[in-house]
Amino acid sequence: MQWHSVGEFFAMGGYALYVWGSFGACALLMVAEPFLARRRLIEVRRSLVRERLADELESQQRTR
Amino acid sequence: MGDHGGIEDCIRVSQSIVQWFRFASPQSFYPLAGRMVPWFWAAAAIFGIAGLWMSFFVAPTDAQQGEGYRIIFVHVPASWMSMFIYLVMAFWAGLGLALNTRVSSMMAQALAPTGALMAALSLWTGALWGKPMWGAWWVWDARLTSELILFFLYLGFMALQAAIDDPRRADKAGAILALVGVVNIPIIYFSVKWWNTLHQGSSVNLAKSSMATTMLWGMLLMALAFWMYSIAVALMRVRAIILERERHTEWVKHAVA
Repeated sequence: MQWHSVGEFFAMGGYALYVWGSFGACALLMVAEPFLARRRLIEVRRSLVRERLADELESQQRTR
Repeated sequence: MGDHGGIEDCIRVSQSIVQWFRFASPQSFYPLAGRMVPWFWAAAAIFGIAGLWMSFFVAPTDAQQGEGYRIIFVHVPASWMSMFIYLVMAFWAGLGLALNTRVSSMMAQALAPTGALMAALSLWTGALWGKPMWGAWWVWDARLTSELILFFLYLGFMALQAAIDDPRRADKAGAILALVGVVNIPIIYFSVKWWNTLHQGSSVNLAKSSMATTMLWGMLLMALAFWMYSIAVALMRVRAIILERERHTEWVKHAVA
């Protein structure tokens, strides 16, 4: 291993802005994207459940 | 006797092909995709941890670029995936156009945002690499310009599909755009050979690589992690798209019960 201290690791030999800017952007987007995809799935499921409940309510009123 | 076995083999093979075609229906692909997602996340995490370890703690400092070269461990995987996802997206879009299979078109639609993200990351990390090494965030070099065009192709594909109300017509228009855009992929790939570019040539060569073995391994592990990530997130998105587009069918009503 080439690092002698934690500070040296984060300094990245003077390239800290560029190296951490690259890895940070990847980490940020690759956390945000699955989060958004998951939310989209949850939302469509929720609206389908609402739709079904509305249908059931409607059919109950009709039979009454 | 031999003939008999041959026919049985044929039947078995055709049965297994029919089994595979079963997954071409949204109804059976929806749960299958759901079962596959956690496995691809697990694979992405394992390759990612191993790749990051190699990138930061095993791979040595570069003789010319110091620690700045470590951007390669995300730049190259993102660039590879941006090109590969485009080919896969165009393949599914084209299949949907030719065979009218709904799941193929949905898969193409699910891949586009992930491809756009990879192209954006490729450009972003490239700018952060270019600044310290070339002295410029951006140059109108053949490699950079064609990658920017790829990013716009993804955005164009998504915008076109979003602009057309009828999903089947949107699939067809998107497929044509995606297929025409495929011509850009070899342009990106060979740009460093065809033109005299500022962007360096490929450092990966099976016969004689210009990189240290540990650097190469770090990059390959990171590329695998990005690959698994892309599959996992695209499968998550295709599940949402399936429910959105099949919402008026009976099976969807039962699936969310």
